[in-house]
Parts: sequence; C-alpha cells; structure tokens
Amino acid sequence: MRTMKGIAFAIAEAIDQEMAERQDIVVLGEDVTYWGAVFGFTMGLHQKYGRDRVVDTPITEQTFFGMAVGAAAVGMHPVVSLMFVDFLGAGFDQMYNHMAKNHYMSGGQFAMPVTVLTAIGGGYGDAEQHSQVLYGLFAHVPGFKVVVPATAYDAKGLTISALRDPNPVVIFGHKLLTGLPFLPFEGQEEDVPEERYTVEFGKAAVRREGSDLTMVAAGLMVHRCLRAAERLAQDGIAAEVIDVRTLVPLDADTLVASARKTGRVLIVDEDYRSYGMTGELAFRIQEGAFEALKTPVRRLAVPDVPIPFSEPLERAVIPSVDRIYEEARALVTAPARTA
Amino acid sequence: MWKPEPSLADLQYLVEKAGLTRDALLAAYRQMCLIRHFEETIADRYYIGKTPEFNMAAGPIRGEMHLAVGQEAVAVGVCSLLESQDVVVSTHRPHHHALAKGVDASKLAAEIFGKQTGLCRGKGGHMHLFDKEKNFSCSGIVGASFPQAAGAAFAFRQRGQRNVAVAFAGEGAANHGTFAETLNAAALWQLPLIIVVEDNMYADSTPKWAALAQPHQFQRGLGYNVPSYLVDGMDVIDVYRAAKTAIQRARDGQGPALIEAVCYRYRGHFEGDAEEYRTKEEVELWRALDPIPRLGNRLKKLGWADDATLEALRAEAKRAAEAAVAFAEQSPLPDPAEALTGVFR
Ligand SMILES: Cc1ncc(C[n+]2csc(CCOP(=O)(O)OP(=O)(O)O)c2C)c(N)n1
Ligand SMILES: [Mg+2]
Repeated sequence: MRTMKGIAFAIAEAIDQEMAERQDIVVLGEDVTYWGAVFGFTMGLHQKYGRDRVVDTPITEQTFFGMAVGAAAVGMHPVVSLMFVDFLGAGFDQMYNHMAKNHYMSGGQFAMPVTVLTAIGGGYGDAEQHSQVLYGLFAHVPGFKVVVPATAYDAKGLTISALRDPNPVVIFGHKLLTGLPFLPFEGQEEDVPEERYTVEFGKAAVRREGSDLTMVAAGLMVHRCLRAAERLAQDGIAAEVIDVRTLVPLDADTLVASARKTGRVLIVDEDYRSYGMTGELAFRIQEGAFEALKTPVRRLAVPDVPIPFSEPLERAVIPSVDRIYEEARALVTAPARTA
Repeated sequence: MWKPEPSLADLQYLVEKAGLTRDALLAAYRQMCLIRHFEETIADRYYIGKTPEFNMAAGPIRGEMHLAVGQEAVAVGVCSLLESQDVVVSTHRPHHHALAKGVDASKLAAEIFGKQTGLCRGKGGHMHLFDKEKNFSCSGIVGASFPQAAGAAFAFRQRGQRNVAVAFAGEGAANHGTFAETLNAAALWQLPLIIVVEDNMYADSTPKWAALAQPHQFQRGLGYNVPSYLVDGMDVIDVYRAAKTAIQRARDGQGPALIEAVCYRYRGHFEGDAEEYRTKEEVELWRALDPIPRLGNRLKKLGWADDATLEALRAEAKRAAEAAVAFAEQSPLPDPAEALTGVFR
C-alpha cells in the first residue's frame, strides 16, 4: 500500500500490471508514448513494452477504432485512447455501429474485448470542444459498459476489470481527477494497493451516509457533492452521497434503497441535462421508490448549452459546490408530499 | 521544403514574375511581424498566474494555447491574396491565419482573454474564433477544416461567385479521413478550394516519421488529380508564388489546388509543452530559416528597405500587438447570464 494522487497513475499502473502478464493487450492512440495519451492514462508504458505494443497512431480515430474492432475479433485486447471524449465524432461509427454491436449481431460469435480510455470534463477553460462529458451518449447505445472512476482505488480496480472483460468498456477519466501537475486536482490522495485487484462493475459506492437526502453523482461531481455534504452537515443536514461508478451496468438497487431511506434525491451531473444520466437515474429511482419519495427528484446538470470558454460563463454552467449545496438545501426544505 | 537562397538577379526575377511590388513585400513583412509580436505578447500574458507552477486553469488566459511562431509566412503568403469575401477555415492553431485574413487584432485578443468585446463575446476562446465579416472560422477538432472550406467553395461555384475557400491544416490533420474525402470531392466537382497543409514536422508529440507512410502531401493531392505544390513554408515569396497560381486558377473555375508548405513551429505544440520529443538543437537549426529575417534580408538585398525601415516596421507591429492585448485586458468579462443564450437563433 502507498498513497497515490489521482486516477491517471492508477489507470496506467493497472494497464502495466496486466500487460506484464498478457500478450493480447496492445495500446493504440494518439500520443500514447511521450505524452501518455496527454492525460497520463498510458504513461510509462512505451518505455517498458516498446513501440510495437504501445503505438502512436496517426490522427485517425475512425481507423484506429475500426482496427480495435478488427483486432479484438481475432483475439487481441486493444486498449484504445480517445484523447478527449469530445473527439468521439471523428471515430464514433466504428464504436457504436460495430464495437458495441458485433457481439450481438454475430449471434454471439465475436467477443469484443476492447478497453477505451478517454478524458472528460471542463472547469479549466478549454471551451466547447474540449470540456464535454458525453458518457450519456455511450450509455445510451446498447453494448458499451460505461465506467466513471472517482477515486484512484476505483480507477485501478475498474481498469483491471475492464481489461478482463470480454466486452467493450469505456473508461471516462475526469481531467480534474487525474492528479497531473498542469491541472487543478479535486480528488484526494488515497491508499492504493500495489498488487492487482478488481472492482466489480455494477456496484455503486455509498461515499457518505446520511438520512436527510441522497445525492447521486459520478466522477468529479462525487467530490463536489461530498464537499457540499460537509457544508450541509454544518447546517445540521445529513446528506448521503452515492457514487454510481458505472453507468452501465447500473446499480439501481443501491440508488433505490437510499432514496427509500431519505425520500429526497438530488442527482448531480456534469453532462448535459436533457436525455442523459440524470433523467435515467431519476426514472429508475421513481420506479423503485415512488411511494417513499417525499418530493420530486431534483437534478443539477449542464443546462443544455455547450461549455463556454470565458470563466464566468463556464462557471455558470458546470455544477459547483456552491450550487450543489444550495440545490440540496432547497430540496431538504421543500414541503414533503402528502400522499 | 528548403530551397536555395536566390542570387540578387534571381530574386529580382522571382519577385517580378510573382507581381510582388516593394509595397506588397513591406506589407508582408509588417504583417508577419504583427503575427510574431501578437503571439509573443499572448504567450507573455498566458504565463501570468501559471508560474512557477504551470496550472492551465490559472491566470487571465485559461485552457490550452497553440501559437504559430515560425509559421507566419504560410498564413501571410496565402492570405495576402484573398479578398474579404473569400473564406478561410483554420484549425486549433488559428491566430496567424486570422490576423493574415484581416481579423481585427483587438477583437481577436479580447476573445483569447474571454472578454465581452471579443470576436465571439468570450464564448469561443482561442480555438473557436469566428468572424463573419472577414469570413474566417476555425475549429479545435483536427481535420474539420477541409470539408467546411469545401462546402463554402461548393456554394461559390453554385452561385457563380469568383471567390475561393482556403482550408488550412497541419500535416497531422492530413492523415485524417476528411483530407482524402475532401480532395476527392473537390476534384470531382472542381471546387474553388485551396488546401494548405502546414507541415511543421510534428502533430502534438508525434513526429512526422511516426505517422506518415510517405513524406509528402503533394503526392496525395496528385493522386486525386488536384494540382499540388510543394513550397518552402519559411519563405513568404515561395508560398505567395504557389498561392497566386492556385487562387487564380480557382477563381477562373479551374478547380482546386493543394499547397504543401514545409515549416516549423518554434514554440511547443501548446504552451507548457515540455517538448521531450525534440531537441533544442533541432529548434536552433530551424532558426536559421526564420521567415521574418529571411524576408528582411531580401528586402535589403533588393534595395527596398534598410535596417531603419525594417526596425520601424517591427516597432509598429509591436505597438499594434501590444495595443490589441491592452484593449483585451481592459475589456469587461461577459455577464454570466450570457452562458444560457445563443444555442438557437
Ligand atoms: C479529431 C481530433 N483528434 C485529436 C485531436 C487532438 N489534437 C489537437 S492538435 C493535434 C495535432 C495536430 O497536428 P497537426 O495537424 O500537424 O497541426 P499542428 O498542431 O502541428 O499545427 C491533435 C492530435 C483533436 N483536436 N481532434
Ligand atoms: Mg503539425
């Protein structure tokens, strides 16, 4: 056990430890050697495994995602970097029409063991085309497992699970959780075991227990909810904070159980508000906990505008600790439904 | 692609053949100096709040910053031939193209600072610059410029307009599918499109040798029956000569062209780049080809300028760059409520 700062090193270590024992893993993507895929997810790998297994590709998302499909079909396990999730448009056809469907379409003949690593999120001034989250798009398409680590411990364990999964898994690493020196860091230093371990998909984590309301989030927003919960505690409000960890498969049971306990739920998301994670989680919660809900489920997300560049504009759209706190207070003080 | 430095007689011949006057070359010199000083002034301000620890989110200019120091000749050589109605679609490294296309330096700087007075009212920032009046736009998505410029060219052809569209892109972007797809479409429909590939040897940290199966884009262009030129991108006269022919042909309805301009960026891919993928010696080697002194020396050789004239032009460009940045710094930030406006018209 040693302390680790951020998810980037944890993901890179997970890949390293699996690669050391398995020949089927290859790493593909732009700038995966010198730059460790820019956000560190592949750092240190090319020095160890060489440029034949850790391959800088030309800027050709469509092609290297298509190659991942083809290589997986003949028994490799490609690890592919999509540098920023925002670039998915340049290669998405190979992902959503092939990587996500070939197992199903082939009547189960072709497994599609591909691990996709991608960086998400804003808050540092990178504007409309480099600040999105977009996991809702992937979660919408049947066939992708959608993993959003909030801690270094989870990042390592979830990555190892992905590398052992026979299905396409997309790991969405938030830039402000990477722990890299050139970006703000909103996570915490943690103890992470040196040996290999897995974190199971489809198991949400209760990060803080409370009885007055439930806050549900993924990735960076888990940390902002935890900070808001500390402030709520000073006001005498006990907030429960749930980290969904994987959007697909989704652990609805943990969400429903918490909603039944508190009766008030706030879902916080850095993805766009409409037709995304917040709507889906709210549906699952009302489905399982309808009669226990004291108020309608609330949500705080990016209000269906692109992420603007200028700082005051960016701050106005990405959920902050302040706004989570205010929204949570408003929810707790809203009159309970009389059934 | 470096070409031998012409003798005085050859230079006079080249300049005359290209129809380049003393005034035109002095204007090109001044414009290149403006770009250089603009980029350096932005770099200076970018590091405010980012030293000693580099934090991309800190300081008056946040986010990534891709500057084009060293690549001025490509932008100026091409854009000095364009009219206001002609379209330029640029990339994540867009300032030199914008300035050369005539975009107002103050509004450009204000956008880079995220100010209300910026080109896009602070919404777009450095990688998302739009100027309707100058028909300039760009994108942070690599490979996006080719088809968009082709679309403008398609409209010009359809409407019988004698305008051209220019797509700028890096050699890295030329590996993207949109490059090949656009070359085919432009040749098929004989669009008034000029594709300018700025080959600065690197795409991010990836050197050209690691990403290109063959070293030249002009070969790819020729494969699609697109007339293609290989030019010295560190020489504004060489860029200008090719661009002039290409643009003239396109205006006359003779279809697209490709210009491959071999050049070099003196700064990192983005500010804060540790540049572990290249040596300082390599950068120094390319300094000998700096397009600004190179043009200055030729102006002197031609007897069209002396040191004092050049110095005065540089000083003027520096003042203009500083005034633009000062305007940006003094401008107000936008009202947060603006964030929720403008998704739809
Ligand atoms: C579709 C897409 N993939 C990847 C990137 C990340 N990226 C930004 S710039 C760049 C390199 C571009 O190289 P080049 O086209 O040669 O232009 P240069 O930076 O050298 O001017 C990359 C890979 C992106 N912005 N868009
Ligand atoms: Mg390049």
